[in-house]
Amino acid sequence: MHADPKGVLTGVHFLDGDHACCEGTLAAGARFSAGYPITPSTEVVERFASRIPTVGGIFIQMEDELAASIAIQGAVWGGAKAFTVTSGPGFSLMMEHLGYAAMTETPCVFVNVQRGGPSTGLPTLPAQADMMQARWGSHGDYGIIALCPNSPQECFDLTVTAFNLAEEFRVPVMMMLDECVGHMTEKVVIPEAERIQVTPRRYTKRQPADFRLYEPLADQVPDMVRAGEGYRFHVTGLTHDDRGYPSMNVETQDRHVRRLQDKLKPLANGRALSETENLEDAEVVVVSYGITSRVAQRALQLARQQGIRAGKFRLISAWPFPEARIAELAGRVKAFVVPELNLGQMVHEVARAAAGKAKVMPVTHAGGGVHPPETILNAIVEAVR
Amino acid sequence: MRQLLTEIRIAGFGGQGVILAAAVIGKAAALFEGGYATMTQSFGPEARGGSSSAQVILSSEPILYPYVAHPDVLVVMSQEAATRFAPELKPGGILITERELVRVDNYPPGVRVYGVPATRLAEELGRKVVLNIVMTGFFGAITGLLEAESLRRAVADSVPPAMQKLNLQAFEKGYEYGSNLMLQMGANGNGNGDPVLALESA
Repeated sequence: MHADPKGVLTGVHFLDGDHACCEGTLAAGARFSAGYPITPSTEVVERFASRIPTVGGIFIQMEDELAASIAIQGAVWGGAKAFTVTSGPGFSLMMEHLGYAAMTETPCVFVNVQRGGPSTGLPTLPAQADMMQARWGSHGDYGIIALCPNSPQECFDLTVTAFNLAEEFRVPVMMMLDECVGHMTEKVVIPEAERIQVTPRRYTKRQPADFRLYEPLADQVPDMVRAGEGYRFHVTGLTHDDRGYPSMNVETQDRHVRRLQDKLKPLANGRALSETENLEDAEVVVVSYGITSRVAQRALQLARQQGIRAGKFRLISAWPFPEARIAELAGRVKAFVVPELNLGQMVHEVARAAAGKAKVMPVTHAGGGVHPPETILNAIVEAVR
Repeated sequence: MRQLLTEIRIAGFGGQGVILAAAVIGKAAALFEGGYATMTQSFGPEARGGSSSAQVILSSEPILYPYVAHPDVLVVMSQEAATRFAPELKPGGILITERELVRVDNYPPGVRVYGVPATRLAEELGRKVVLNIVMTGFFGAITGLLEAESLRRAVADSVPPAMQKLNLQAFEKGYEYGSNLMLQMGANGNGNGDPVLALESA
């Protein structure tokens, strides 16, 4: 179905990534947000709070991030599309409820505008050091989706995608911005509502008597119900059976937790979102994401000018990690160069997928700025030597 | 050869409207002239009175690296900003100052300096707060990077309807002051009176 025109600010705008992300939530149909504002993500909810009264919906400034990250899940079970917004320190506090969303298969979106860490770190400066936290931050085994926009336009487009994926797979989806992309202002084109595809919630068509809350369908994802429509249901963070009731034994645990990971398999490879260039003849491939992918693009141009056969693999969906595609490339390239604004996170995934078949070179940066393109260029030159 | 990429830094105190001035320039290029513009900003933790600085890159091609190290044009509205950023200008670049708030003597060789009493001109309109738009008008006339009409549209598009008239007047004040200055400099043999930069449109 297409977007509800009420939430779509059709037109050509000059917006920063945070504001564009907010417009993405509205276009995707989000009508509830709860947040505890934190730099550099505040502008997302600030705009939402000022826009939502005219669109029709609710913003609540909560007492803290724990409350914000669980309030949105109540809203989702009540029928709304909902999201919360934060940055590093708040993201840490949200981990408990991120796990709850994964366990209860509550479709929602967490926007994390990454800043330098650990702890309070660099509130106004960029980093990409929460990538592993996004994947593994809550306890237990589960799967999540994480998307990495590299421009304000993508902050809009991918936010819509994030909500759509959340509904399709019933998982929490992370929008992993960074301060640079969040505070960068560029042209943003918002299309007409009828040209924006939104995925509706997968509500069951079964009668209450035949409905089982966690009975997976063919795609391993169960359908949902909306509170107050005659279905009796029980949502719990305890390990639960197909009826949704606690069932704490080895068999249920195994079946349920494996499914939480396995249902995302289609996204891991076939449907992984990426942007590639010059991979056909590449002897070195630069794997990057978010703001670093733009800086890397400059380095790739410089490398090509020097006659180096350098290719680009940009992760747009960083999680699930596109393992098979990297493994395939590893069989035919000399090396991967992986620049990121952290001391080495996604590079470990690249190394794991490459499995020793190609050299893997991290280009680390502790955060607070972006790489000079020359630093990435030097790594490319080094890699082909 | 015409320049394809121009890097601009605008700096001053928080509260002077540094970010809005940069947004107007970026918007004029990206929305009304079909080029590319990327604006980034840095600010202290204070809401007012701290330092504020914005960077805009204008280009006929998509912009990859978003930050500015050595701007072609520097616009400064405070002494602190001038002292900090003037030495970073590209040699031969353009330095635009709020003439009554800023004194500069340390900048790279070949830099051309143009000053405007923007605060006073804004006060003549009754509202000191529009000094940033006076600066933007002056910037437009001095650099010739963008059409005056694109900048006017960007000004009108960036302020609330009730403030449009005042801001457009502020723009004209600055633009006129800049145009007259260029003419005078042409007449005095300090230049030919033409704007000093030209951006090739995409």
